[in-house]
Amino acid sequence: MKFRIYRYNPETDAQPYMQDYELHIEAGDMMLLDAILMLKEQDDSLSLRKSCREGVCGSDAMNINGRNGLACITPLSSLKQPIELRPLPGLPVIRDLIVDMTQFFKQYHSIKPYLVNNDPPPETERLQSPEERKELDGLYECILCACCTTSCPSFWWNPDKFVGPAGLLQAYRFLADSRDQATAERLDNLEDPYRLFRCHTIMNCVDVCPKGLNPTEAIGKIKDMMVKRTV
Amino acid sequence: MVDRIVTGAHYGLRDWLAQRLTAVLMVIYTLFIAGYVLLHPDMGYDRWTGLFSNQVMRSFTLLFLLALYYHAWIGVRDIVMDYIKPAGIRLAIYVLVILALLLYTIWSVQILWGM
Repeated sequence: MKFRIYRYNPETDAQPYMQDYELHIEAGDMMLLDAILMLKEQDDSLSLRKSCREGVCGSDAMNINGRNGLACITPLSSLKQPIELRPLPGLPVIRDLIVDMTQFFKQYHSIKPYLVNNDPPPETERLQSPEERKELDGLYECILCACCTTSCPSFWWNPDKFVGPAGLLQAYRFLADSRDQATAERLDNLEDPYRLFRCHTIMNCVDVCPKGLNPTEAIGKIKDMMVKRTV
Repeated sequence: MVDRIVTGAHYGLRDWLAQRLTAVLMVIYTLFIAGYVLLHPDMGYDRWTGLFSNQVMRSFTLLFLLALYYHAWIGVRDIVMDYIKPAGIRLAIYVLVILALLLYTIWSVQILWGM
């Protein structure tokens, strides 16, 4: 099984390069991450992030044969050889497959990803009806792996100004929450040619999301809310 | 001056909405013209000038062209926002595009009512 992996160690390499690897294994029902860990046994300088190895933590997002995804839930047998692995596009590379996610999380924090409710906390929980809770389905499942945001050309061009699909999905997650009271502020925060309206609905985000979520739809709903409060 | 990232211009919705509405108007006009041409296989200079001698048709065409220019303005501005980073050059390009579109508007009126 043949691999081509992006290598870059800023302390020793002047430039990034692609390194070829080979593994003598059958794909079977193995996941890509299993194979990468075997490669790491061959060459322990190969660096990547990983943690839960079952698609929950979102640490091992990378560009796999030109498409962003999580190595731990990508079946080896589904990939064409040589399997080309690169770091997520559009973010600074720290080393090999590890990228600096600062910009991504800055955008995430900019949409205030927490419930804003000024009422005194009740004795128990702030209750929701089953219908209200249902509004959050398809939104709360995001694991912030950055597959979507780093596949978005608008984020590549304006990572400092465009919130990106992951951030906007989360923005809508709180706009849609019946317990949240900051709807107007949240919409004000996004009413901007860069922060929200850089999205031109090309749907790369939907295409790559390893959790099957739909940031484009969430962005459309934010725009709907803005239209409703304006007209 | 500190080079801070500034966002929060508080506009965008109106342009986004306008781009969609102008698109609808342009589709209606395009379908009308295409339908008119298809239904008149004998289309020639006389019929064409006859169509445009109608004041309603002239107004409808001007409305279409205004929609086109507004739509184009938003689209071109979006492209410039992505690719031209220095604020001065960007503003200069905006002004040039607006002036060009205004000229086209005047020109459109001249053509439509000078026929």
